[in-house]
Amino acid sequence: MTLADVTSFEVRASPPVKLLVERVSKWFRTPRASVQALDNINLAIGEGEFICLVGPSGCGKSTLLDIVAGLTVADEGRVLADDRVVAGPGRHRLVMFQDPALFPWLTVFGNVMFGLKRNPDLTRKQRRETAAYHLKLVGLEKFSKAYVHELSGGMKQRVALARSLAPDPRVLLMDEPLAALDALTREQLYLDIQDIWARRRKTIILVTHNVREATCLADRVFVMSPSPGRLRDEFRIDLPRPRDVNSPEVAMIGSKIMAALKGHLSISPEAIE
Amino acid sequence: MRRALVVVLFFGGLVGLWQLATVSGRWSPVLLPPPLAILDYLWGALRDGTLLEATGVTLYRLLIGYLIGIAIGLPLGLLTSTSDYFEDTVGALALGLQTLPSVCWVPLALLWFGQTESAMLFVVVMGTMWSMVLATDAGARSIPPIYARAARTMGSEGFDKWTRVILPASLPYVVSGMKQGWAFAWRSLMAAEIFVTILTGFGLGHLLHYGRELSAMDQVIGVMVVIVAIGLVADKVLFSPWERFLHRRWGTGLK
Repeated sequence: MTLADVTSFEVRASPPVKLLVERVSKWFRTPRASVQALDNINLAIGEGEFICLVGPSGCGKSTLLDIVAGLTVADEGRVLADDRVVAGPGRHRLVMFQDPALFPWLTVFGNVMFGLKRNPDLTRKQRRETAAYHLKLVGLEKFSKAYVHELSGGMKQRVALARSLAPDPRVLLMDEPLAALDALTREQLYLDIQDIWARRRKTIILVTHNVREATCLADRVFVMSPSPGRLRDEFRIDLPRPRDVNSPEVAMIGSKIMAALKGHLSISPEAIE
Repeated sequence: MRRALVVVLFFGGLVGLWQLATVSGRWSPVLLPPPLAILDYLWGALRDGTLLEATGVTLYRLLIGYLIGIAIGLPLGLLTSTSDYFEDTVGALALGLQTLPSVCWVPLALLWFGQTESAMLFVVVMGTMWSMVLATDAGARSIPPIYARAARTMGSEGFDKWTRVILPASLPYVVSGMKQGWAFAWRSLMAAEIFVTILTGFGLGHLLHYGRELSAMDQVIGVMVVIVAIGLVADKVLFSPWERFLHRRWGTGLK
């Protein structure tokens, strides 16, 4: 595995487009009403880019992630991953959910192996080595034989991260994976994620409602507004990495993004819960 | 140690009360034989081979019928949990027939199969299958949808998803369904054996039945003791390992 020794300058100069979201719209129809969840979303994400989608609850950010993952079908528009139309879920675009969604009938190691076992190109040995490597990457190599219920919330989410990274997905989709964790664990994971991203250069889309989190992690932050869900602003974060979520620079940019977020909310106050 | 003592005291006390009741002379020893008479019968039946043979015949019927019941019930339960059509048809049928005491199948089984092994198996299968369908169905429906979503994004679809995710995820329900199915299988087989004489094999139920015919209460109670003992042993051998496995993996039931 060669770690990309591309300088960040080159990546930014002409990143090949990895993911293309084209004119995606989505409605949720109930017997009573039809709610538009997403309205004409266009997004181009480069290889190795870290993108954050922020917005209030109900702005459709998770729906957008589901559509990119192939778990939900868009009513209009399409998603291209590596120039191929996304028709369903697959192991090239792995998803990390807010719930770690680890399987209790498997050990920690078995959970990390799950995605690897679905890749027919790997040998048994390669699978085991890859799983062990990724458990080490998240610092849980000592817990490979543990059961899921024996882990803390932060450890579970680390296992989920290892499980998502191990099959070497082209794109990693994260749906508020840190929202349910306590602040200390979360800050540790910010550092872990930055470290892993620096080493593996995955294309990542992270959905969050935490503006500081987005600023700390992303190359670009997109602000969404609800009813219907729209992409409103784009912020490019040029701070050097690794970033500290408590640093004044992150706080300053975060408050700018927060102001934008609130600005959109005042347009449609009925969306506030 | 203390717990073992409590157990010994409890059961010893029960047998003691029983012994007292027989000594008191209020009840005829024909109706209420003393505990020693039961042991005497069991020892005799064990020595002349009738007890072992009857136990063998009964367990064989039970196991075969039970396994057939699970083999049919489990996939049917998975089907009813996914498909509306199966839910409305097979699911409703299972719900209805599960409430039917399985002894009600005995007359039908007799007419269809005659006094044969098939009649016995049929009753056992009917007793097991429907509760297995319902338990599997409930299990598959109770799985957090997030498991299936995570599995799909990791490339697990179709048959792989069913055998590697849905089935293991519903294991806690499936095991308790299997346990319930075992109890139902026992009940239905005993009912069938007590009602019907089968020439090809003389089971525990028959032994019980003829004990009554001959007014040999020591035989009746002795066979009942054997049935209870088999139930306890089966629970330890068949289900305890599964339950321990579930408790260890799921982290449930820890004290």
